[in-house]
Amino acid sequence: MNELLSKYTEEVQQTLLKYPTDRKRSAVMPLLYLAQREPGYITKKAIEDIAEILEISTTDVVSIIGFYTLYHEQPGGRYRIQVCTDLPCALQGADEFLEKLCQNLGIRIGETTTDGLFSIEEVKCVAGCHRAPLFQMQGDGEISYYENQTVETAAALFDELRQNAQRTSPSGEVEK
Amino acid sequence: MSEEYLLLRHRAIPNLDRLEIYRANGGFEAFRKIVTSMQPAEVITEVKNSGLRGRGGAGFPTGLKWSFLPNTLWPHYVVANADESEPGTFKDREILENNPFQFLEGLMIASYAVQALVSYVYLRGEFWQIAKKLESCIAELVGAGLLGEHLFGSDYSLHLYTHLGAGAYICGEETALLESIEGNLGQPRLRPPFPATAGLYNRPTVINNVETLTNLPNILMKGAAWFRTIGTEKSPGVKIFSLSGRINKPGNYELPLGSTFRHLIYDLGGGIPGGRAIKAIMPAGASSSLIVATEKALDTPMDYETVQQQLGSPLGSASVIILDETVNMAWLVNKTVHFFKHESCGKCTPCREGTYWMAHITERMMNGKAVTEDIDLLQSVSGQIQNKCLCALGEFSTMAVQTSLQYFHSDFETVVTQPPEEKDSQLAVSSEQRS
Repeated sequence: MNELLSKYTEEVQQTLLKYPTDRKRSAVMPLLYLAQREPGYITKKAIEDIAEILEISTTDVVSIIGFYTLYHEQPGGRYRIQVCTDLPCALQGADEFLEKLCQNLGIRIGETTTDGLFSIEEVKCVAGCHRAPLFQMQGDGEISYYENQTVETAAALFDELRQNAQRTSPSGEVEK
Repeated sequence: MSEEYLLLRHRAIPNLDRLEIYRANGGFEAFRKIVTSMQPAEVITEVKNSGLRGRGGAGFPTGLKWSFLPNTLWPHYVVANADESEPGTFKDREILENNPFQFLEGLMIASYAVQALVSYVYLRGEFWQIAKKLESCIAELVGAGLLGEHLFGSDYSLHLYTHLGAGAYICGEETALLESIEGNLGQPRLRPPFPATAGLYNRPTVINNVETLTNLPNILMKGAAWFRTIGTEKSPGVKIFSLSGRINKPGNYELPLGSTFRHLIYDLGGGIPGGRAIKAIMPAGASSSLIVATEKALDTPMDYETVQQQLGSPLGSASVIILDETVNMAWLVNKTVHFFKHESCGKCTPCREGTYWMAHITERMMNGKAVTEDIDLLQSVSGQIQNKCLCALGEFSTMAVQTSLQYFHSDFETVVTQPPEEKDSQLAVSSEQRS
């Protein structure tokens, strides 16, 4: 059974409508976002489902995942904290900021906190150079920007997310 | 000029991202005018006459680009390049977040000019929220009868769609961008054929930057002659300069092309923090050649020709990164080279391997493990990348390296000869220095 198609029937159909009917392959990127929305990474089953919908090989799908940095092949934290350390941000102390965030969360770059909530990653320029230090947060199927940050403002956000996480599941539904 | 914005109009008009506000301020009148009273060829001529040049970095004349599409091969496509990813560039983001309808009207004008019935907005994946916003704007336009079938009772129909990238700088290169929409790896194509004849789905395609498109409603409403009263003869109009780095007031500044670096940096940007001296300028983000910040350089007008001819660097996307006297250029090059190593798509060997080795050498310099010969080695590796790659990325990766070695050679000597402890203090970008 094609789980992706049965779960997101409407969205898959809407996505396919954006492209010429003989160019279904164009939908591979939007479908990967759809597949990643809930688990936070692309499962093996999702790769097979996408290949089937688009009539391409699983190898083709995997190559796309590997090429683009916002798709993840491995599970990480529910929230991926992605700090930009490119030149303009680094000139405003981004490397130092990243180091302190790692200390705050008690993990190194690429690692995930033991409660499974946060991963820390280093990313390339996200077009917010005038509001450094900054990070984007990828999680729960969304990407949000947090700019003009200090370790204190970031820590406050982490606390808030920890409290929310006790009440809700990754799909956003309130647990009974 | 600073009182009246042409592109960043949301700064003067609150809630300009709401359709009724945008329309109340003249929005979609240009689109209505061209669809109801101008032939597509007349639109192309008007834009050609305006002298508008591509704001994504290359500065290619927009109307001329449109005129290359053959009328014997259909359908035509227009793709808006919203993949803004150059370190130091954040201008398109401000337009898309705050003045989305002016951008969309520009895209619709371009689409009519080349008679595209379907056009796409390619956004970098990080602009996920902006894509959601644009999709709701597009839905509103369909609801208002400004997009869809038989617009204004004419034969012309237009549909717009967004396509999200997923974190790849190279997809800002137009042929890699097209590959990405087609569902392939974002790797540049061999040219010719150019996108104008064989673009998206092998059909004639125009790819225009967000800021370029946002200029169009004004040009079509007020005319080419009006547009030419702003800026310089060869670089007419305004440009958004993204100012970042060691500067008191970083941000976007909309200025006529031909304004000086000094005006941007000192009058508007508030100068260098702590009253320190300015050392160098990167006018085109991480892809820049370094400009030594002499008095002459500061007084140079920022337009496409002058910056290139007098200072030897392209103006590019006008992402002006300021470097003060405390910045060591070996540290800087380590940063830019790491960026390009990460973003190389891997297709061309000189870029893929060359950026890897440049990163390796500069990393060694930062770790206190480099020897004097490494400076020449870095020069040699960067030289071997030049003129050997399919697209500009490989070339861009060498610009800061070559010019840093040329103008600030002693910075590299310092790094390889000093013991590591002293290097740490030399290279540290501490919060104290930033204050």
